[in-house]
Amino acid sequence: MCGSDKKLGDIRALILVGGYGTRLRPLTLSRPKPLVEFANKPILMHQIEALVEAGVTQVILAVSYRAEDMEKELTEQVSKLGVTLTFSHETEPLGTAGPLALARELLSASPEPFFVLNSDVICEFPFKDLAKFHRSHGKEGTIVVTKVEEPSKYGVVVYKENGEIEQFVEKPQEFISNKINAGMYILNPSVLDRIKLQPTSIEKEVFPFMAKDEQLYAMELQGFWMDVGQPKDFLTGMCLYLTSLRQKNSDMLHEGDGVVGNVVIDPTATIGKGCRIGPNVTIGPNVVVEDGACIKRSTILRGACVRQHAWLDSCIVGWRSVVGRWVRMENCTVLGEDVIVKDELYINGGQVLPHKSIALSVPEPQIIM
Amino acid sequence: MLKAVILIGGPQKGTRFRPLSLDTPKPLFPIAGLPLIQHHIKACKRLASCKEILIIGSYTTTTMAQFVNDMQIEYSPVIIRYLQEFTPLGTGGGLYHFRDQVRAGNPTAFFLLNGDVCADFPLEELWAFHEERPNALVTIMGTEATRQQSIHYGCMVQEPTTKAVTHYVEKPSSYISTLINCGVYVCSLQIFHTMADALQKEKTGFYSSNGQGSPPPGYMSFEQDVLSPLAGTNKLFAMQVGNWWSQVKTAGSAIYANRHYLELQPRPQRQPGHVLPHVHVHPTADVDCTAVIGPNVSVGEGVTIKAGVRIKESIVLNNATINEHALVMYSVVGQGASVGEWSRVEGTPSDPDPDKPFAKMDNVPLFNSEGRLNPSITVLGSGVVVPAERIVLNSIVLPHKQLSRSFKNEIIL
Repeated sequence: MCGSDKKLGDIRALILVGGYGTRLRPLTLSRPKPLVEFANKPILMHQIEALVEAGVTQVILAVSYRAEDMEKELTEQVSKLGVTLTFSHETEPLGTAGPLALARELLSASPEPFFVLNSDVICEFPFKDLAKFHRSHGKEGTIVVTKVEEPSKYGVVVYKENGEIEQFVEKPQEFISNKINAGMYILNPSVLDRIKLQPTSIEKEVFPFMAKDEQLYAMELQGFWMDVGQPKDFLTGMCLYLTSLRQKNSDMLHEGDGVVGNVVIDPTATIGKGCRIGPNVTIGPNVVVEDGACIKRSTILRGACVRQHAWLDSCIVGWRSVVGRWVRMENCTVLGEDVIVKDELYINGGQVLPHKSIALSVPEPQIIM
Repeated sequence: MLKAVILIGGPQKGTRFRPLSLDTPKPLFPIAGLPLIQHHIKACKRLASCKEILIIGSYTTTTMAQFVNDMQIEYSPVIIRYLQEFTPLGTGGGLYHFRDQVRAGNPTAFFLLNGDVCADFPLEELWAFHEERPNALVTIMGTEATRQQSIHYGCMVQEPTTKAVTHYVEKPSSYISTLINCGVYVCSLQIFHTMADALQKEKTGFYSSNGQGSPPPGYMSFEQDVLSPLAGTNKLFAMQVGNWWSQVKTAGSAIYANRHYLELQPRPQRQPGHVLPHVHVHPTADVDCTAVIGPNVSVGEGVTIKAGVRIKESIVLNNATINEHALVMYSVVGQGASVGEWSRVEGTPSDPDPDKPFAKMDNVPLFNSEGRLNPSITVLGSGVVVPAERIVLNSIVLPHKQLSRSFKNEIIL
């Protein structure tokens, strides 16, 4: 067992960070998407920690924009984990496969397989099992698949009982499979020979050919999976993540007066009297929740303040934002950084850009510039 | 000696005030803690010479008995009586029917007040104005309206020096004048002769049309059948006032009237909870000290307001309960209704445009031309239950409904 762990230690990982994360605006107007905190930890750190857990020592981030503060902040955080971080910059968008060609030198430096993952995925990361399964079948690549309820909305993966992929079907009208690509792969360096340095889709222009050559296997993911790239899914993903914490790591959850269900509260946050927090709430560092507030199914980011008697359901409250007294916010309302919502307002599905002060109710879903 | 007559209509009227008028007749609906027409009575009481107040309407005497009894006690020695019309006779018909009651004791003149107006009634000035004009049969309290809104009221043209009304049209179809009738008058007793003539004309009309399509015998509109013909005879005058004045037609206008009547009231010394003026809280109401109430809130008898509640621009009727952290704004909460914790009951104000001088309340219809509900004050009928953490926005909830979800822009039957 020890020996195989050491072998895993040579594995590298490439994370497809991509562009500006426009789907997660207005949060990503203030902070690059990988640094947006999901359950009080940057999205990317969930992935890097899981990779480190599986013995990964080098992480390559494929980014299509330069963000020096992000590089600095991430390098700092990651160095504590004993892993090196390399940024691979695209000068033009290269799709989901092109970035692998761009990082060819790093990825082919050793004959060991490497992980590739989309940056928006949150789940119980199965990297150890993935590496094990990959070695067991000995083919060029393995992709993680997850079960969905409505496969007709996605591209589905059809595979044999042993995992060998037969075909990919885009948005099937008749049921053929309920497994979809979960955006996590392990690939041998030989796969790089299939990719040119140009905009390429790994899902459409690489995997189908590997499947044809009987070189691609699927491994089914256990537990939850969510692409948290947009606010609605971010909140759904948070609920799933907290449920999974309850099962796996329940000491990370907060218990106490007025706390209902699965709730994570940073120790530096202060919660007033007579509040009801939860179920499914994460509260970041230095957040202040004043007396008599009620928060359900929401994420409150660092330094924000929820004032007295406010009621929040399905909201993301951006860094240092202030939600006024007796405010009601619901229906996937997202406040960007440093937004002020004045007392007694009603915000229904508002997407509020950073540094805005809101003085009028938003009764119907709307973007507030 | 002077008298006053308050015309309150009957249950067939005031339908735009539903569902509030389903349990309480509109004239008795509390505004700033007092039944609507008690404000009229208070104004009459301020005139020492006013000895008797007659309330005329077609509500049953039983409906009015308790109120009249309370008023007699409170405003003694002024005599206060309710006179029930056998059938709705219009603004003039009821008055004429009870003319002997008005004439009894031979008063010099009498005030005639529409029950559905609210104002800072300047009755003293109105009487002085009338007295100065010996040939005046009626003096109308008039006020300025905007050009657009004037046509919804009785419009008057006035001779600038004598103040005589030379032309009067009730709700004209085209613009006549921005001087409108406030529904507050001083009448000399000779007015009954003019009314007799008007009624004679009506009767002739009734029999010549075989009783078809005409109002019942005895029906008379004071505005159309009396004031209109009097215009231009030098017996009808108008005194223009700048005081606050409004009609109470819809629930929205009740909130507006509440604000103004509260402002006119002296402020009580101490009130429970944190209060932003102006607020009326009945002494029997139980208000938690962490609740924040006002501006413009009236809280009725036996109401319970729990910790962390916020109420503004609203009327909370008797025995209602507002639970912890709830917010109520631009709403009327009916008798015995309850609002759950962290719930939000919110309406849309329909106040007059503050940027337009002389603008009045627009009593907009319930539905707009596309058939959608016009946003207005939210009304929770009596006994309505709003569960915890819901929102009721711009909605009208009929009595005794137990809501199970949130509602927006709906009428809930």
